[in-house]
Amino acid sequence: MNAYLQSLLGILLSAILTENFILVKFYGICPFMGVSKKIDTALGMGAAVTFVMAIASAASWAVNEYLLIPLNLQYMQTVAFILVIASIVQVVEMFLKKAIPSLYQALGIFLPLITTNCAVLGAALVNVQKQYDFLQSVVYGVCGGVGFTLAIVLFASIRERTEQADCPQCFKGFPIALIAAGLMALAFMGFSGLKIF
Amino acid sequence: MDFKKQFKEGLLTKNPVFVQLLGMCSTLAITTSLFNGIGMGLSVTIILICSNVLISALRKVIPSQIRIAAYIVIIAGFVTIVDLLLQAYLPALSESLGVFIPLIVVNCVILGRAEAFASKNGVLASAVDGLCQGIGYTVALVIMCVVRELLGAGTFGGGILNGGQGIRIIPEGYPALQLIMPVGGFLTLGVLVALFQYLMSRMEKRKKEAAEK
Repeated sequence: MNAYLQSLLGILLSAILTENFILVKFYGICPFMGVSKKIDTALGMGAAVTFVMAIASAASWAVNEYLLIPLNLQYMQTVAFILVIASIVQVVEMFLKKAIPSLYQALGIFLPLITTNCAVLGAALVNVQKQYDFLQSVVYGVCGGVGFTLAIVLFASIRERTEQADCPQCFKGFPIALIAAGLMALAFMGFSGLKIF
Repeated sequence: MDFKKQFKEGLLTKNPVFVQLLGMCSTLAITTSLFNGIGMGLSVTIILICSNVLISALRKVIPSQIRIAAYIVIIAGFVTIVDLLLQAYLPALSESLGVFIPLIVVNCVILGRAEAFASKNGVLASAVDGLCQGIGYTVALVIMCVVRELLGAGTFGGGILNGGQGIRIIPEGYPALQLIMPVGGFLTLGVLVALFQYLMSRMEKRKKEAAEK
């Protein structure tokens, strides 16, 4: 039991810091660059992605365990997972529209775009690759989402300043944002020696 | 159909990586050796051509409300085929690209072209568009790889030349290791995009001056 708890803590730590989804593993760069102009939207996006990732990790684990493996259809993983993710995003969208319209309004176009976020599919695929069980998969999904949120919120706050900064014309916009992200990744490299156990 | 114009768009004016900034996850993650770059670029090109052709052929059959879901399923099918083929015939490439091969499904370049081009144009034009955009993507990846590998590991052609070791250009101990780490991906792409924007703006300036004369 103790060893199991340790493995969960290890997953938590690595997904948030040492193997941060964005800055180390490069999952979900598109929303990271696209939705990081304001802290508020970045936070909303992070929350939505975390939520979808948690459900998607659980659902894709179940699909893999109870559908694909018994039927010997593991090679259909990619297709099955992307379908699961697309339908979850659709359901979340409909649910939010009815239940919490204010949040639905705030997220707007970013909600359907979560389907094509590599972070969600990446988490589902890594879960299978590393043969995580149900709880480990969910923890990995949630913590990956938290790591995503951490990176995108930090980055948005940096970017709000770089937009104002005076830099060479050809660096304006995306290039300077990429360089700023690079420096952030350098800072996150400092976590790589971090180990509790 | 204007092949020359499409080719120029794919390679330069609408380059998927340097101008449209699509598909950045794989661009940043796998461009650590020439082998990876060429492998990834060709895989994406093949999938892009196939999915463009099929989506263009089916464009009148797919209802527009569920088109995105339909596109994703089509793309996922081709990605699975390529994934299995690579596992069977090029296990080294499959190993080194890892989870980024199945992640081609969510590569925005492919879905972007499906939505922006294949859903509105004929089969042949879509195939050509897929080829041109794929070449643009591959060239961009190869440039990234060459720069990062040279400065980060000091070699050229890692994974292909010299029995997979690559040809050593900078002596051991000198290269900046950080460049083949995640940091290097962001920095290299940032500098390359800036360089690209600079060159493009200069080209336009010259065109304008020439037109004024």
